[in-house]
Amino acid sequence: MLSEFLHMGGYAGYVWSSFGLTAAVLLINLVGAQRQFKQRLAFVRRRIAAEDKT
Amino acid sequence: MWKLFHQFGSPPHFYRLAGYLIPWFGAAALILILIATYGGLVLAPADYLQGDGFRIIYVHVPSASMSLFAYTLMATAAGIGLIWRIKLAHAVAAAVAPIGASFTFLALATGSIWGKPMWGTWWAWDARLTSELILLFLFLGYMSLRAANDDVGKADRASGLLAVVGVVNVPIIHYSVEWWNSLHQGATIIKLGKPAITGDMLWPLLMMLAGFGFYFATVMMIRTRSQVLQRERKSQWLKSL
Repeated sequence: MLSEFLHMGGYAGYVWSSFGLTAAVLLINLVGAQRQFKQRLAFVRRRIAAEDKT
Repeated sequence: MWKLFHQFGSPPHFYRLAGYLIPWFGAAALILILIATYGGLVLAPADYLQGDGFRIIYVHVPSASMSLFAYTLMATAAGIGLIWRIKLAHAVAAAVAPIGASFTFLALATGSIWGKPMWGTWWAWDARLTSELILLFLFLGYMSLRAANDDVGKADRASGLLAVVGVVNVPIIHYSVEWWNSLHQGATIIKLGKPAITGDMLWPLLMMLAGFGFYFATVMMIRTRSQVLQRERKSQWLKSL
């Protein structure tokens, strides 16, 4: 049953690589966007903290 | 009306609103995509011609639709930014570009993977495929124009102009399968009368499209917030974050 599902009627390589690639690209995009946001927020906060000192 | 317009264009207002919306949109995207994946891979019946190979449609068609939607949105935002000099509009355009490029890449890659077993080739210099490849180059060109300009204002104007001019490619992609003899099949969902696909196969496709839409909005808001942080780094309102 499961092996039949994974086999995808002989199209396993094509179907799973399409879905896997899509999941990977969407995930990388999301993580990259979040990382960039956190970096810029940290930068802005450091700058404000430095200005408050002077 | 003007007040609403003004609020929309106001970076601090957008920044806060997006902060509230991001977790909800992200959750909606995740749920819709998971259900649609189950529906597409398990519940939908195999195609009578393509067997289980047709299931690639559930990632290919939504990716391709999002790539066109992303470009249209990017060009519209860039146009608004150029005409009315609204900086937030340029921020949105800049935020959309990498997501649009990703969806265009996915449309091309999954299309290629689908093409191998069904058409017998990974690639053909066909109208639909070639115009979609040009879309990828437009996104990448837009991004490299931005990267090449250290001055944000100059980057906005140069890249915005490219985005607006490149929008002619969008209808070309959409109608390419009708205007030219193409290997690519015609539209599946949007047809006069009723869709050329049965209900069991259709609902996961529409749900995946909605899920990708929420995903797109989520990442776009995160990236626009990053843009706002960079552009407004000298503004006072940032101190209240």
